[in-house]
Amino acid sequence: MSASLQVDAAGRLRHFLDVEGLSRQQLIEIMDTAESFAGVGDRSVKKVPLLRGKTVVNLFFEASTRTRTTFELAAKRLSADVLNLNVSTSATTKGESLLDTLRNLEAMQADMFVVRHGESGAAHFVARHAAPHVGVINAGDGCHAHPTQAMLDMFTIRRVKGEFTPLTVAIVGDILHSRVARSQIHALNTLGVREVRVIAPQTLLPPHVEQLGVKVHHDLVAGVRDADVIITLRLQRERMDGRLLPSKHEYFQRYGLTEAHLTGARPDAIVMHPGPINRGVELDSGTADGPRSVILQQVTHGIAIRMAVISMVMAGHAVEATA
Amino acid sequence: MSAPLDAGALLDRLADELARWLAQSGCSDPLMVGIHTGGAWVAEQLHARLGFREPLGRLDIAFYRDDFTRVGMHPQVRPSQLPFDVEARHLVLVDDVLYTGRTIRAALNELFDYGRPASVALAVLIDRGGRELPIAADVAGTTLELPPERHVKLSGPEPLTLAYVERGAGREGGQ
Repeated sequence: MSASLQVDAAGRLRHFLDVEGLSRQQLIEIMDTAESFAGVGDRSVKKVPLLRGKTVVNLFFEASTRTRTTFELAAKRLSADVLNLNVSTSATTKGESLLDTLRNLEAMQADMFVVRHGESGAAHFVARHAAPHVGVINAGDGCHAHPTQAMLDMFTIRRVKGEFTPLTVAIVGDILHSRVARSQIHALNTLGVREVRVIAPQTLLPPHVEQLGVKVHHDLVAGVRDADVIITLRLQRERMDGRLLPSKHEYFQRYGLTEAHLTGARPDAIVMHPGPINRGVELDSGTADGPRSVILQQVTHGIAIRMAVISMVMAGHAVEATA
Repeated sequence: MSAPLDAGALLDRLADELARWLAQSGCSDPLMVGIHTGGAWVAEQLHARLGFREPLGRLDIAFYRDDFTRVGMHPQVRPSQLPFDVEARHLVLVDDVLYTGRTIRAALNELFDYGRPASVALAVLIDRGGRELPIAADVAGTTLELPPERHVKLSGPEPLTLAYVERGAGREGGQ
């Protein structure tokens, strides 16, 4: 379903809603395009004129700093105009429906919506109801997908490791509620890594998680053994002290990553985290700031990946308009 | 019918002309930048023959084209690589075929986003006329008059060969 909504008959991206449904070739094309944009940030003028005169609306129904700011920087480095709307604090509290908000923004000649929403499927809903000339990018929907985060993670892995096929990747943490993990698992399997592992207590794993193509571990040391990449997930505050976990202290004792756990991993293993980090919960400071950490590179790569996705979706619509 | 084109002979002529032009212009220690793809191939040859000291720069002007809203993204965009600081330096910009001038317009815009060069000269293997912008080559391997539907295509990088191709009168891609 999402495949036809986000990809046109010629294989061009019309929207970017989910990694699921995209081919290996399409994921590689996104990373290759990001590679071309990666150098722009090092130049004296950190901007290309590609999207001059286009308007990108960041439509955030859920708080976010990193994702919103990197989307904003990405659009600005493409020379687009950017409008940031925190809808939770404006329209909906005044009783305006989502569709009315969309119609109003379209009346302001918006060309693209970047949507973050607490409900799964929200970006798909917006894509189905947006005007034909408007592209939609999913910046995270509920527990469903966060495809630009997954792609910036893949881009980071590719830049450090080169090839995907020989890699063993371990994802540690709250898989159950993580849209990031879901998108990462799809991307890693599509790109053909050797093995994807998830490491979590049973209470933080979705039922039948093996069907996503992962091996399940409950023990951190066993789970990271011989891993090339260890991705730690953010533990949301509301999960820390509830029925799923005894306490954040106990979570750190069993699943918080430290150098001691990494002795069994590959000597050149890298550690990732989508941010923001809860230090002393998902990993300790020594690991977060240590030589294996590529966490800040992930942030920088987020700009290049978002420039790639924004320009590819905008290009899909440009071609459609002239066809 | 147009006469067949000998890429090697044109390259020899371009290298000689460029050496003479650089000597006359008094540009000291110039840098060379080739436009992806054909221009970069020509630039590699010139760069080696003329003994430029610093490494060759390469530009992919895809993000600076003026037809994005009509034709969308170009497939296989390569990263631009300028392994030097262009600030206050003399640059020689190299392309394979000079036609409408739009590629050169885009390349100049991109170059200036890296800094402010002292000067930019343009060297092309073939100047085929048909300009749509006030842009001219400083040095050319040869000058041709071709009808709009006739194009010259450079294949490479090893060996470099030139061939005529017939395409619609539209100028897309043949900037």
